Amino acid sequence: MAKLWASPHQERSRPMAQTATTSKGMTFGEGGSALAFAALGFLSIIIAAKAYTPEYAFHAYLFAAASVASVFVIVNRYFERPAALPPLTINGKPNYNMGPVKFATIASVVWGIAGFTIGLLIALQLAFPALNFDTSWLSFGRMRPLHTSAVIFAFGGNVLIASSFYVVQRTCRARMVGDISPWFVVLGYNFFIVIAGTGYLLGITQGKEYAEPEWYADLFLTIVWVTYFLVFLGTVMRRKESHIYVANWFYLAFILTIAVLHLGNNATVPVSIFSPKSYIVWSGVQDALVQWWYGHNAVGFFLTAGFLAIMYYFIPKRAERPVYSYRLSIIHFWSLIFMYIWAGPHHLHYTALPDWAQTLGMVFSVMLWMPSWGGMINGLMTLSGAWDKLRTDPILRLMVVSVAFYGMATFEGPLMSVKAVNSLSHYTDWTIGHVHAGALGWVAYISFGCIYCLVPWLWNKKELYSMKAVSWHFWISTLGIVLYISSMWVAGILQGLMWRAYTSLGFLEYSFIETVEAMHPFYIIRALGGAFFVAGSLIMAWNVWKTIISAEAAVEEVHPAQPALVAAE
Amino acid sequence: MSFWSRHKIFETNSIILVIGVLFVIAIGGLVEIVPLFYLKSTIEKAEGIRPYTPLELAGRNIYVREGCYNCHSQMIRPLRDEVERYGHYSLAAESMYDRPFQWGSKRTGPDLARVGNKYSDDWHRDHLNDPRAVVPGSIMPSYPWLEKNELDMSSVSEDMKIQAMLGVPYTEDMLKFAISDVRIQANADDPNAVDLAKRYPNAQSRSFDGNPQKVTEADALIAYLQMLGTQVDFKLYDNKANVR
Repeated sequence: MAKLWASPHQERSRPMAQTATTSKGMTFGEGGSALAFAALGFLSIIIAAKAYTPEYAFHAYLFAAASVASVFVIVNRYFERPAALPPLTINGKPNYNMGPVKFATIASVVWGIAGFTIGLLIALQLAFPALNFDTSWLSFGRMRPLHTSAVIFAFGGNVLIASSFYVVQRTCRARMVGDISPWFVVLGYNFFIVIAGTGYLLGITQGKEYAEPEWYADLFLTIVWVTYFLVFLGTVMRRKESHIYVANWFYLAFILTIAVLHLGNNATVPVSIFSPKSYIVWSGVQDALVQWWYGHNAVGFFLTAGFLAIMYYFIPKRAERPVYSYRLSIIHFWSLIFMYIWAGPHHLHYTALPDWAQTLGMVFSVMLWMPSWGGMINGLMTLSGAWDKLRTDPILRLMVVSVAFYGMATFEGPLMSVKAVNSLSHYTDWTIGHVHAGALGWVAYISFGCIYCLVPWLWNKKELYSMKAVSWHFWISTLGIVLYISSMWVAGILQGLMWRAYTSLGFLEYSFIETVEAMHPFYIIRALGGAFFVAGSLIMAWNVWKTIISAEAAVEEVHPAQPALVAAE
Repeated sequence: MSFWSRHKIFETNSIILVIGVLFVIAIGGLVEIVPLFYLKSTIEKAEGIRPYTPLELAGRNIYVREGCYNCHSQMIRPLRDEVERYGHYSLAAESMYDRPFQWGSKRTGPDLARVGNKYSDDWHRDHLNDPRAVVPGSIMPSYPWLEKNELDMSSVSEDMKIQAMLGVPYTEDMLKFAISDVRIQANADDPNAVDLAKRYPNAQSRSFDGNPQKVTEADALIAYLQMLGTQVDFKLYDNKANVR
């Protein structure tokens, strides 16, 4: 399995390494990170021994095991590798580092299936509460954060890391900066996901939506994320092109802003280094706004800016057309990142948050419609002159439909941020439907398109194993999305109207439980939609797997920048 | 030099691009968040707000642990139907000691901002054990382990110390008696209940889960639920007092 992401030329160069071992020395990165991991391992064992709760001790042991494994891998890799580090170029062509990209691509497929399946389970729990099994770690309150984190951060995050590491190298025509650090980013990020997810199941949570991981997981993620930023920026600085490609602006804004948001919203003080529990420095109304400043911009920068970067690279690439408008992309970029930040308070309409902040949030949310649609137009119009490809290329179809869903969700969002509409839609399943129009239609579809493009490129295959399977994936998931969002529209609006319904005598017409019971059929339809979506993702996993192990290899000319042939190390 | 060619500086210099992005994203957040810490009108004064008792705090932490906020809001909006269904709209002051805030974003179940004293302790205990035993149409998960698990109170005074450090007005006495206060409050007719009530006005003390033998997680959670939204006496509250 480890060979799965090794570059072919690395494999071939092994025999040559024997002759060159004389001048071999450990790099600063190897020595430094081995020492750092050894220290982390030691610290983790102490914490495990003195932990306040067994759950925290379990996490400390996981940290210890991962640290020891890292030291072992780094030292072992040092003894195995040739004396010289991989060259930056081979015969004048960039020697891209695609190992971490391959790992993150596979991880995204795996996490995607996990996240969608958990989503299906919690959808069924709402229809049939017996499926909580009276078991703490299976109950909805712990599974729901597991679902959101698995799809947003595990699935989406791995797609973003994979695609950003791929795109930044290709558009800068430079090998990624760092030797161990790109692997630390990919493996460290996935380790964070494991800590976060197991934590929720064990009841370790900060209780802030989409920011549930506790202080120690947050701290570790901060280190991973700073490394990510440095690797990305370093690669941009190493570029052979004078201009930074538009996709990289979006990736950079995504990485930077997520770092700022993460630090602001997770400013907590741990009870003790031996306790998993921490308390946030903000409280009440301030905590609420900091949370939704974070929460809304997790949508704006993680789920939008990052995936727009994917749009700006993969759609032109797949359609073989240039980006529609360069000027539009400049306006799109700056106006989007400027306005998104203001939109957070629309999550807090009619709450105890001061009115002025709510109004600001609403105004900017409505204005945000324009840059969002500017971006959509730039993506869609890139197909000018290539629209016929939609008939023949199901991958392009996935990506174009995703941009259409982006347009739909970014119209619906400003609509729901209007206070009068929000008074009906807030707290209902309409919000859930809206989120999934964006998450399934936009984020997941552009990700699927990206994965379908990346896999043959990375594993040097002519094309995917089966294009027919992509078509099946597309239609099954589209049916799933339609069932999902239409049932949630009806459910949400019905719920909102029932809550505010009055009888002719001036009494509230429905008790709360009657509004819960009215949701039952829609929850079943939603779960059915979710099941279709899971089925689609399984088809994708099968197709990806078959492509890697058995599809026809690409001829060299198709991807000249894949330096698979020369053993130069 | 046209407007568009000026953009070249961002496209050819990664550090300037980084600075540009940081500048642009800083504006909105600063304008919206910073004033909330300075404007007095953000949290209008209300009589009766006190920090959580150690038992209530422990209960709140269980509420957070089980992810109740995924389905229950704690924020009543000033809309006619909500005020009639749940009670007086929520005041900012009522969550001023909430770390983290638990306003929520979804009402799969009803709002809980004023659930305190609405139902009996027995109702809560039965409802947590098996929601469908008391509300047949409920889709809430059962939480049978709460009544069985003994409450872990080992770090409760540390919890309070951290909160005091962050600005919650816990006094020396409150910190000193933290653990004994847990036992006092979870016990019917404890002779020291008077002291507890002095430290925490209107604190209700009794065996919340109906089992005086031990202090369970259900005791803590029910104690928390029973105080939710009860601190401000709205017969006395003057909603015009803060209007300037």
